[in-house]
Amino acid sequence: MKLREIKEILNAEVIVGEDKLDIEVKTAFGADLMSDVLAFAKAGSMLLTGLTNTQVVRIANVLDIAAIILVRGKKPPAEAIALAKDVHIPILTTKYILFETAGRLFAKGIVGCLEKVEAGSERI
Amino acid sequence: MRKASSAVWKKLKPEVNASENILVKNSFDVDGGNFDTAGTVSTRIKSILKEQGLPSDVVRRSAIVSYEAEINVVSYAKRGVINLTVTPAAVEIAVNDEGPGIPDIEKAMQQGYSTASQQIREMGFGAGMGLYNIKSYSDRFDISSEVDKGTFLKMIILIQKP
Repeated sequence: MKLREIKEILNAEVIVGEDKLDIEVKTAFGADLMSDVLAFAKAGSMLLTGLTNTQVVRIANVLDIAAIILVRGKKPPAEAIALAKDVHIPILTTKYILFETAGRLFAKGIVGCLEKVEAGSERI
Repeated sequence: MRKASSAVWKKLKPEVNASENILVKNSFDVDGGNFDTAGTVSTRIKSILKEQGLPSDVVRRSAIVSYEAEINVVSYAKRGVINLTVTPAAVEIAVNDEGPGIPDIEKAMQQGYSTASQQIREMGFGAGMGLYNIKSYSDRFDISSEVDKGTFLKMIILIQKP
């Protein structure tokens, strides 16, 4: 699915990456705990989160995350926006809560970047 | 040598022997308490490993352990140094910090145990997952610490599986 369709489904506002709405995404990971994002989010996935600091963008960059979707109507600080522009990671913000955001995307065919955490999940 | 309250979780064999071809050797300083730049060293390490053309799994795991270790230095220590060594066989990330040290390493290794400040938690860290993640994502992991001196971590990610 194109990021443009994600934007429509979530009635989201594009904060960074208006020129990147044609990228393809299939999977997502959602968490506010950055250690879990590091541990489980996979390259090419979207990151759904309510955290907005520069760490989120830096981690997204390290993990090759395709796009950051901020939930609960969060707006990132200027430093996070500047960093996202630098590293070319789109940021969208939606007013939906994390549960609704995930549910709406799942209903349209986006799946988790992993289904369950089991022993050895970190090696996938 | 920092020996007091030391625990070796996975016994280390010398991974990088002198005769081996060293592809990358780099040293990075980390400022304790500087949350603005936290993670930038790990971002560079990831780029370096990617440029080396290493398998994506190796790059990813190296970036994760390095990131968690860097966050720990920024969160707790005065300063630290991250040393990156790459050979055809393995990526080695060694982190040495000057800081409060860890009084009880066994406890610190447990999932969910944390002494993090509110500031660290607001960033999305400090949930007691750092050292646990570092251990799970490295093939070999060594930690030792001395209270009021600092902490030493060594993580090895194998490129060629034995």
